[in-house]
Amino acid sequence: MNFKLKALTKSLWVFHVSNGSCNNCDIEILDCITPRFDIERFGMQLVGSVRHADVLLIAGAMNRKAVPRMKKIYQQAPKPCLVVACGICACSQHMFRDSYNVTEPLDKILPVDVYIPGCPPKPEAIIAGIVKAIKKVRKAK
Amino acid sequence: MKLLFNFLIFPGILFSAVVGLLASWVDRKVTARLQWRVGPPWYQNFADIVKLWGKETIVPEGAKWTFLLAPYLGFLSLALVATILGRALIWPQESFGADIIVVLYLLTIPAVSLIIGAASSRNPLASVGASREMKLVLSYELPFILSIIAVVIKSGGAIRLGEILNYQAVFNSNIASLSGALAFIVAIFCALGRLGLGPFEISEAEQEIMGGVLIEYSGIGLAIFKLNKALLFYVMPVFLTVLFLGKDLSPISIVLKFVMILVIFILVKNTNPRLRIDQAMKFFWIYMTIPAILAVALAIFGL
Repeated sequence: MNFKLKALTKSLWVFHVSNGSCNNCDIEILDCITPRFDIERFGMQLVGSVRHADVLLIAGAMNRKAVPRMKKIYQQAPKPCLVVACGICACSQHMFRDSYNVTEPLDKILPVDVYIPGCPPKPEAIIAGIVKAIKKVRKAK
Repeated sequence: MKLLFNFLIFPGILFSAVVGLLASWVDRKVTARLQWRVGPPWYQNFADIVKLWGKETIVPEGAKWTFLLAPYLGFLSLALVATILGRALIWPQESFGADIIVVLYLLTIPAVSLIIGAASSRNPLASVGASREMKLVLSYELPFILSIIAVVIKSGGAIRLGEILNYQAVFNSNIASLSGALAFIVAIFCALGRLGLGPFEISEAEQEIMGGVLIEYSGIGLAIFKLNKALLFYVMPVFLTVLFLGKDLSPISIVLKFVMILVIFILVKNTNPRLRIDQAMKFFWIYMTIPAILAVALAIFGL
């Protein structure tokens, strides 16, 4: 099992979930695969299907409609699967805290492993967050 | 016993999987360099496969039993092709009669296994991918077979891989002749279609249908499909080497030819955008089939 977890840390496939984010975090996530940051050096890829995902990179404050869908997506991802909250909205709801439409924070619904604050977080911050997630997996084994 | 060793270890499963995974790493690395990136380390594909091995396998609700069986079908047939080709290269005299036809049939099975797997997963996007894959198979199969017929006629009606190699050893590589060169160009593009690379990755277009045929696969099934792709990366260049570049069969020249064909694949992949399925069919049925027929005609006249 250790061997497989080690392989997991070497090839994290990231599925990018946008649950009502303002596109700011999404653009910064896409910046991570550009030549300047190139996360494929560490074996990370953006994948199109949840079934291939190792990391759910969630951006945006979750609104009322998104809650059941978020739960469904988490169930569709094969375990072991990490959940990373990207951006201050996903971490703590930010300015949508008192909104009529945003009911509960993300970590009340899913077991969030790593929080990446920032509005939007820099690509460096996203990579640092993923490194924290990898360290957490290493410690778990 | 020796045959079993051949199938499981040396030219067969283990060897071809390792070489194929390294070849797909070369693909990713060169792609990254062309895009001014650094690219993954050499063990990346091995890490991917081991990781997928340790993941949970999810079977979607209502999927047929073929969903789990389909990847192994493609894997076994490709391993068999790798064994036949490897044995033909090492012992050209020992290959059995008409093995080129067997190889042709077995090379179609990975695409069929993709179609079966995608169709039994009950996902609408997967069925879109399956239908695209089906059309792609229909379109590249005809010119590929025609280009092989050109080779067969060129080498005096031989349908044994060993005889084709012997012919090329005695006379010259098939690519040195006019018909051979035409057929080689056609076969390169058909091999690209078979690999699902570059302009022909229509069936698993990540950006439009989210992985297409592979959308519902996770865990071991996905790992086997990735291995299938890696095996194809080994099998197609070797097959083209046997058919067209069989003059000098020393190990170094085989490796050089393998890398050369691989580089052609990667360059075509990286310089062409993805085609629509109708464009791909038109490309294969018109722009590839006519040169292939021309190659057959030239081969009949002995050019």
